[in-house]
Amino acid sequence: MRKRWWKILAVVMVASTIIGGLLGPVPVLPILNETIRNVYFHVPMWFTMMVLYLISLIYSIKYLNSGKREYDFMAVEAVNTGIIFCACGLMTGMLWANITWGTPWTNDPQLNGAAIATLMYLAYLVLRNALEEEQKRAKISAIYNIFAFPIMIVLIYILPKMNDSLHPGSGGNSTFGDLDMDNYMRPVFYTAVIGWILIGCWIASLRYRIRLIEDKRNSF
Amino acid sequence: MRNFLFTILALMIGLSANAQEKVQMADGLRAEGKIYIVVAVMLVIFLAVAIYLFTIDQKVKKLEKDK
Repeated sequence: MRKRWWKILAVVMVASTIIGGLLGPVPVLPILNETIRNVYFHVPMWFTMMVLYLISLIYSIKYLNSGKREYDFMAVEAVNTGIIFCACGLMTGMLWANITWGTPWTNDPQLNGAAIATLMYLAYLVLRNALEEEQKRAKISAIYNIFAFPIMIVLIYILPKMNDSLHPGSGGNSTFGDLDMDNYMRPVFYTAVIGWILIGCWIASLRYRIRLIEDKRNSF
Repeated sequence: MRNFLFTILALMIGLSANAQEKVQMADGLRAEGKIYIVVAVMLVIFLAVAIYLFTIDQKVKKLEKDK
């Protein structure tokens, strides 16, 4: 993970989606107009968040299996980074909703689900800070994390699909994949998603490494 | 790499595609070339952040070596 090439790849990918995302062709649709380009920037935030939470889940399980503190550190830092991407996703979503739906927040299953999921992961961080003893903290928060992940997926991904919602991909709404008849958007979108996921992993790994150094300092 | 080539391809298709009917798109903005400035600004910001990340990476690497 300390190799450099994938970091350069991430930067090149995201940079190319800034160019391709703003200059490339998009489906011409009423109401959405040019804001359809937000798909390249708003959606990857959520994908990145989910991947980071998934990494956190994997490391929480690994921690419970082995009891290695490093795994616990990785789990926290993945959530810490995921929260940032979640905040970016919420904020960009509100800006976009304001212009297309007329209000920054509709009480829509997708939006409320995302809000509850965010609070759940904030609670994870609060829980950690509330526990003094290190081993106990790591163990309890790892178990909490294992429960939080599937609930987050249900709230963000499954429940909105079963309800009526304004958000694309929910209820009977089409996703952008269906609107993009000519497949103009697909390559740029996938590049953006992979690029941002790599950037998210990069930031998380940096935080993890800093935490390791801190830990080593404190133990002396 | 394949994705990147597709992006370039998508860009080239875009130059030849024309707008339809009445839906309001920022065609004028693009035609006048002003959107390129926005692209340039966003690239500068993003690349600055990326370079900043690289320098942090470098610093962390140094700290790891010191111990």
